[in-house]
Amino acid sequence: MAVAEPMVVADDLHIVYRVYGAGGDRGTAATVLLRILGRKTRASIREVHAIRGVSFVAYRGDCVGVIGRNGSGKSTLLRAVAGLLPPEQGNVYTTGEASLLGVNAALLEDLTGERNVILGCLAMGMTKQEAKDKYPSIVDFSGVGDFIDLPMKTYSSGMGSRLRFAIAAAKTQEVLLVDEALATGDAEFRVKSHARIEELRDQAGTVFLVAHNLAEIEQTCNRVIWMERGQIAMQGEDVISIVDRYIEASGGAPVLRDPVTRERLGGRETAKT
Amino acid sequence: MNDERRLSAPGHLLGDESVSSAGIQTSVLPDEPLAEFALAHGLRPSAARPPVLAYIKQLWRRWNFIVAFATARNIAMYTEARLGQLWQVLTPLLNAGVYFLIFGLLLKINRGVPDYLGFLVTGVFVFNFTQRAFISSSNVITDSLPLIRALQFPRASLPLAYVMIEFQQMLLSMAVLAVILLSPLCHEPITWYWLLAIPALMLQTAFNVGVGLFVARIGSQVNDFSQLLPFLLRTWLYVSGVLYSIATLQIRTDRWVVALLEINPAALYITLMRNALMLSQRQSAPGTKPYNARLCAEWNTKAAKYLYDSAYCHYYANPDHFWYYGIGWAAFALVVGFFFFWRAEVKYGRG
Repeated sequence: MAVAEPMVVADDLHIVYRVYGAGGDRGTAATVLLRILGRKTRASIREVHAIRGVSFVAYRGDCVGVIGRNGSGKSTLLRAVAGLLPPEQGNVYTTGEASLLGVNAALLEDLTGERNVILGCLAMGMTKQEAKDKYPSIVDFSGVGDFIDLPMKTYSSGMGSRLRFAIAAAKTQEVLLVDEALATGDAEFRVKSHARIEELRDQAGTVFLVAHNLAEIEQTCNRVIWMERGQIAMQGEDVISIVDRYIEASGGAPVLRDPVTRERLGGRETAKT
Repeated sequence: MNDERRLSAPGHLLGDESVSSAGIQTSVLPDEPLAEFALAHGLRPSAARPPVLAYIKQLWRRWNFIVAFATARNIAMYTEARLGQLWQVLTPLLNAGVYFLIFGLLLKINRGVPDYLGFLVTGVFVFNFTQRAFISSSNVITDSLPLIRALQFPRASLPLAYVMIEFQQMLLSMAVLAVILLSPLCHEPITWYWLLAIPALMLQTAFNVGVGLFVARIGSQVNDFSQLLPFLLRTWLYVSGVLYSIATLQIRTDRWVVALLEINPAALYITLMRNALMLSQRQSAPGTKPYNARLCAEWNTKAAKYLYDSAYCHYYANPDHFWYYGIGWAAFALVVGFFFFWRAEVKYGRG
């Protein structure tokens, strides 16, 4: 482990969202006026402490699965790693630009898929020529077909997320963050994207995968972080045990796995340590 | 490794502030402090603001993105309209048409300005450029939130792209303006002075970029700003001599107020453009001819009759310095706007 090269380090990370216009205040003109006259601070700003002191290290070639209930801070964690959310306290360190793939991370809905592909590539820092060269393979990978000339707002959610995945995966990023992007795709797309994630890992990158599909995490990841209310409940390389604990804590029955999978996953873990 | 299983149910950990030091992760985390560990391996904070020069370099590398983004938005803006891109030309034409209808046909007033229609249309088009850059830039961060949250790129690309959209629009407006000024409605001759329109437009664009960056940050942080903006812009419109000549204020207002109004950036860029394109403006600007108290007083009292006699009055802000003011405003806006925007680089898209 000492020789492995760290790619992402989170050091006591705290992320706070500030939400405007959240309940508490009825928001009528009179209450606002009273508040201003009384020099009170805005009552309707609510702070949401989404990540509360998270520390972990991910190494080159790792695929880190992030599991946890809805609202436990999984997506926020990925955004912080991508540098899209500034930390309130602590810090996340990465090697360079990370790209985040999320189901809700829409690009420009009014524009056609084609323009989104080109814009996405250019925004990631490709040259015009590179973007042009990558274009056919991205469209092909996304499998949206003829829809590529239509505005993205006309896409089904599955098509949209497939295209987004294809765009972000086009560039070999050192750190790839996948937020449920695969959940909406059909079976064929899952196989393809799974292969692409493996490929990115082999190209000496680190992949973070947020998924509620635990089987997917078990198949793809060699490490897992279990988030619970903004903190890490468990993390480690023993993917199966942690997933089992998570299922147990959620009130589910332990999964019966075939010995082959168990051995494969176990084997990877021992090889790493 | 087996230690991890000691803490199983999440309930045990909740409310425990020192999760990371609870001992379960000793096998996962290195022993040394994490920050030092990360820096020792050449990692950088992911949400760090790059230094100014590096940031400018990053921006420069995204030039293609800025252009593509501007073009794409421009196209998207009109996709719903049946006439599509034609609106880019129709909008300034209709704008000019409204002013022609009201001031050219209905009111027939000149407010002491020769070629009032040309004066008005030039003023409106130039002011519109800055006004639209202002309004669109103030929304740029909220408009592009999905993009900001999906990809990492220098955020200043976005206000730059928005100003570029307005610049493309302005070029079309300028073409319409040229046609109007040369038409029998205005009778302005085409001269070498027209070339001065290019630097005037460049300086105004630079100013708009600076202002765009500035308001983009304000708009992203102060949600009430977009409510306030129309009032600010309307005040600016009325003090900048778009609809009347600031020189006509001299009998009612202090000299230094008039001078200040004249060198406010909007009035300045409008004046530079009018002087470049309109012979009537160059001939009637105060200070053009030697001071003559009688003729000036006549113009002041019966402006409508002696339109060109304003040339015999004293100037307020020295017209010879207008180009320097224009450069100064552009440089000032660019530097201040850029730094102001850059300081909050990591905060965009948060919340």
